[in-house]
Amino acid sequence: MTENVSGQRLRVFLVDDHGMFRAGVRAELGGHVDVVGEAATVAQAVSMIGSVVPDVVLLDVHMPDGGGRAVLDAVRKTQPQVRFLALSVSDAAEDVIGLIRAGARGYVTKTISPDDLVDAIRRVADGDAVFSPRLAGFVLDAFAARPDAPVADPELDQLTNREREVLRLLARGYAYKEIAKELFISIKTVETHVSNVLRKLQMSNRYELSRWAADRRLV
Amino acid sequence: MPDSPRLTRSRSDRLVAGVAGGIAANVRLSPTLIRIAFVLLLPINGLGALLYAAFWAVLPAGPGETRPRSLWRLAPFVLAGLALMTVSTLINHNGGIGMTVGWLVALVAVGAGIIWHQSDPDRRQRWSDESPSAPWLAALSDGDRRIYLLRFLAGGVLVAVGILGLVFLYSPVANVSWADMWRAIAFALVALAGVGLVAAPVLWRTLTALRAEREGRIREQERAELAAMVHDQVLHTLALIQRNAADPAAVQRIARGQERSLRNWLYQPTGSPTEHFAAALQQAAAEVEDTYGIAVEAVVVGDRLVDDKVSAIVAAAREALVNAARHAKVKTVSLYAEAEPTMLSVFVRDRGTGFDLNGVEERRHGVRGSIIGRMSRHGGHAEIRSEVGEGTEVRLTMAVTSPKEPKETPA
Repeated sequence: MTENVSGQRLRVFLVDDHGMFRAGVRAELGGHVDVVGEAATVAQAVSMIGSVVPDVVLLDVHMPDGGGRAVLDAVRKTQPQVRFLALSVSDAAEDVIGLIRAGARGYVTKTISPDDLVDAIRRVADGDAVFSPRLAGFVLDAFAARPDAPVADPELDQLTNREREVLRLLARGYAYKEIAKELFISIKTVETHVSNVLRKLQMSNRYELSRWAADRRLV
Repeated sequence: MPDSPRLTRSRSDRLVAGVAGGIAANVRLSPTLIRIAFVLLLPINGLGALLYAAFWAVLPAGPGETRPRSLWRLAPFVLAGLALMTVSTLINHNGGIGMTVGWLVALVAVGAGIIWHQSDPDRRQRWSDESPSAPWLAALSDGDRRIYLLRFLAGGVLVAVGILGLVFLYSPVANVSWADMWRAIAFALVALAGVGLVAAPVLWRTLTALRAEREGRIREQERAELAAMVHDQVLHTLALIQRNAADPAAVQRIARGQERSLRNWLYQPTGSPTEHFAAALQQAAAEVEDTYGIAVEAVVVGDRLVDDKVSAIVAAAREALVNAARHAKVKTVSLYAEAEPTMLSVFVRDRGTGFDLNGVEERRHGVRGSIIGRMSRHGGHAEIRSEVGEGTEVRLTMAVTSPKEPKETPA
């Protein structure tokens, strides 16, 4: 269950500026995955991830010297195969969407239970996205249909009705399996829809992003 | 606009101040051509120098590293300029007063340019960082103070010579003609501009200092507010947790309540619960969390103002949450609500024990009265899906007519 494609245990790397928290997560995860390293700063994280090449990086969002975004940007350039799961105490919309846009495959808060965290790590390592109900809510909010607003590139930026439906069910707390049952589609299809949403988030054009930011008075 | 870069002074390709280099980069011509153009404009009453000074004063410095200029590359242009001027003076013997005036004005302009250059934004920033109360003092005690003074003096001398020259030319006002009048006005304007340029950096720095002080005060206020909040809530919560350390349920409840209140304070400055759909739902969820010691995972998409129908759906949702908390035997209940322009929907779901709807419906006045009945009275619809062992989901929908309220601006 917690093995990667080559049959070994998943290799996980921790990035967080709080030593106590790293120790806690390491202890909780120890039995299920291999914690192959940890870092407290952006620079340390970038160089160490480069040398140990983990399957999944657990990434804190807010750190003193640039935060998770800086690590993501630096590592993705050189090692696109490393997957990122944001693990943060913040669930502010701008943090969550910002990290997902930068390329994180999932986002969970630090109040998550150890079992759920292991499950999230496994899903991210398998190439799935980890969408919490709250994250689905943010995405729905960000892509909320505004009939009066012109859409620059509908192909790319708008969610299809099916994707919206899947997101709604995710936001209602359904698991992938339950969504598949509810919509009479296969789990594989649900996963495809979810990763399409993720792709659209990352590739959204500037217009969409600026509208989203303006709605939240971020600019 | 990537295809037409902003016109700036070049930092890397500069002989005097980077004006020619910057313009060349902007119009995609050789910098040498631009420089030759400036030199060719010199004999026309010093127009080249005048233009150069104007560009210097107006254009911001471009991005990139400042590279030292090579003086020997400047030499040919200076020689060419001098040669041109000599030739033009030889040809045009009695160019007379007009030409001299042009040169004096150019002199003033170049001097002013040098002085203006001293109030470069980077420099200003550094000064005001070093001593926010009196940045101009820092400017004088700066590392390159001597260069600063030298330039300032050189600029001042140029301006002074120009103005004095003009005064000297025009002082014996014997018979006033219209032309003299115009010249006097022009002279006055130039003098005014010179004074303005000398004074501008000082004025600017004073403004910067005032702004820094105001920002400091605002930060101080924010800090005080934060300290008060931490004292009133966080410290009390921690004290309570220490006292109740033996009772995990109580600790969890207190910690959860505190977490929610901090999150709201940090991330969600939403409207009042009596006015806004989202806030009302969040409040209902919070009450249920506090009363029953469970976690309600609330996700609300969109918002609208509260009216009768909205209150009804919020109350029904609250009842559904209470039912889940009391009967489902779960730690977490999820609440999802969406406010669309013509439809409100709320879903309350748990993964608890569930119940057989037909078996217990007669007994459950809460469900029939508070949820189904209330919804239908207000023109909405409630549907309850439950299976033993699979959990329960309550679906509430309410058609609304008024258009969606535009988002309230958080303070």
